[in-house]
Amino acid sequence: MDILIMQISLFVLAVILGIELITKVPATLHTPLMSGSNAISGITLVGALLAAGSGDANSLWVSTLGMVAVALATINVVGGFLVTNRMLQMFSRRR
Amino acid sequence: MSLSFVNLFYLLSAVLFIGGIKSLTHPRTAVRGNLMAAVGMLVAVVVTLLDQSILSYAWILAGALIGSVVGVLMATRIQMTAMPQMVALLNGFGGGASLAVAVASFLAINGPVAASGVIGMLAVGLTVLIGAITLTGSAVAFGKLQELLPGRAIGFKGITLFNGVMMVVALSIIAALTAGQGGTGLLLLLITIALVLGVTLVIPIGGADMPVVIALLNSYSGIAAAAAGFIMGNTVLIVSGALVGASGIILTRIMCVAMNRSLTGVLFGSISEEGGEQMDADEVYAGKVKSSSPEEISMLLETAQRVVIVPGFGLAMAQAQHAVRDLADTLERRGTEVIYGLHPVAGRMPGHMNVLLAEAEVDYDKMQTMEQVNPHFAQTDVVIVIGANDVTNPMAREDKGSPIYGMPILNVDQARTVVVVKRSLSPGFAGLPNPLFANSNTLMLFGDGKQMVLELAGALNEATPRQAA
Repeated sequence: MDILIMQISLFVLAVILGIELITKVPATLHTPLMSGSNAISGITLVGALLAAGSGDANSLWVSTLGMVAVALATINVVGGFLVTNRMLQMFSRRR
Repeated sequence: MSLSFVNLFYLLSAVLFIGGIKSLTHPRTAVRGNLMAAVGMLVAVVVTLLDQSILSYAWILAGALIGSVVGVLMATRIQMTAMPQMVALLNGFGGGASLAVAVASFLAINGPVAASGVIGMLAVGLTVLIGAITLTGSAVAFGKLQELLPGRAIGFKGITLFNGVMMVVALSIIAALTAGQGGTGLLLLLITIALVLGVTLVIPIGGADMPVVIALLNSYSGIAAAAAGFIMGNTVLIVSGALVGASGIILTRIMCVAMNRSLTGVLFGSISEEGGEQMDADEVYAGKVKSSSPEEISMLLETAQRVVIVPGFGLAMAQAQHAVRDLADTLERRGTEVIYGLHPVAGRMPGHMNVLLAEAEVDYDKMQTMEQVNPHFAQTDVVIVIGANDVTNPMAREDKGSPIYGMPILNVDQARTVVVVKRSLSPGFAGLPNPLFANSNTLMLFGDGKQMVLELAGALNEATPRQAA
């Protein structure tokens, strides 16, 4: 129970932090910010890795679902960070 | 590696994410911020791979290989005009990944991801629900943006009630799972309902509101990741998911404010039965619309001191950003001041026009926000509106009965002359006629945006030597 309370505390504090971080953002950065934070939400990759690598002999399903999750999350992470970088490079090129 | 070490590194990657998001909100540090977040992700992945609970790497390798190839291809091939679709798609994949993780946790009997206890089951249920809604909701948003689906609101009478009932059923299933009463069959039912809900929640939302929907789905994918973190008690998932979830909500609110829409209005209002007060397009336009030619307009531009270019989604459709830049260069060579006036929700994604103009190497200082550009329209000789419609509609200012009344707009009608480059008089996303087109100081230039801009620049170039001589 103690651990759960700690996790909930982390969650609530992170929510407040997330709200405070994004208060005043220039319109130019709305799209990159969205695709960048989108890439961060691919953190679910960590869970996917654990599932795919659990070697659960009881069930091929766990490994298969894990692999699907790894593939999807990797697309999210790799694609997200790369495309954000591509966009931001265009902004910086002319300044 | 011991668990406390793993958690310390997870803390490091969470700190990198926070620093990354913070830096992404400032133009000067944005590139670094994105790199920081990427390094944070790398730390989290490497530490997880070293975790002793990982027994086999074959499945991981297969998944990572597929994902990397697809991800790199998508990120390098996608055109900047298609950025909204890209983000929608990536969002859907993130939600789908969380969904798959949750189902794997449900099926696993032991091991690092196995869900146990009341909290574990509650978290599985919530992750499945949010993850599946994100997956199909993003797919529908993608379909609308890619024009595979019609952009207008689609639905049936009582769709809001239908969604409400489905949501109640879904929550009841989650309650049963939490109480330990459900088996795989019940989970499959929950997945099905959630997948349907994703479709029926997004499909009644019109194309004009897509910026809000994308921001909201972005938030959902973060919340799904956080919920997955609660399944396995993984701190980095909880913290980063919550960060993205919260920042997504704030971005959603920024979009709503820019469009003067309430979030509930966007989510449930689009399909609402509208009264017969629809303004008749023929009545608005009858006999008052003046069509013009590139030659005529280039003569206007020859003597203009100050020109403001107002781009909209039509610019992206016509891929006209480079042509517009050339036109602006031509004007500037003649000593004309050129400014870009950008409405916050021009295009189909917030900030979309800024990205397109940056691709065409337009100077950052020349892109002005609505607040900067609006006070100076009265001193502007020519405004060129390219593929923008609703964000210039004066009804938002004047007609209290109009659905877009109160939406902040670019007051282009205050300029001496307004040139509207458009393919036809067809309405924008909001489906409304635009009285601007019938104004006495408005000239319509019908045709493809890129073609017309090229012809304008051509006509202007021909005029240049005569002026110089």
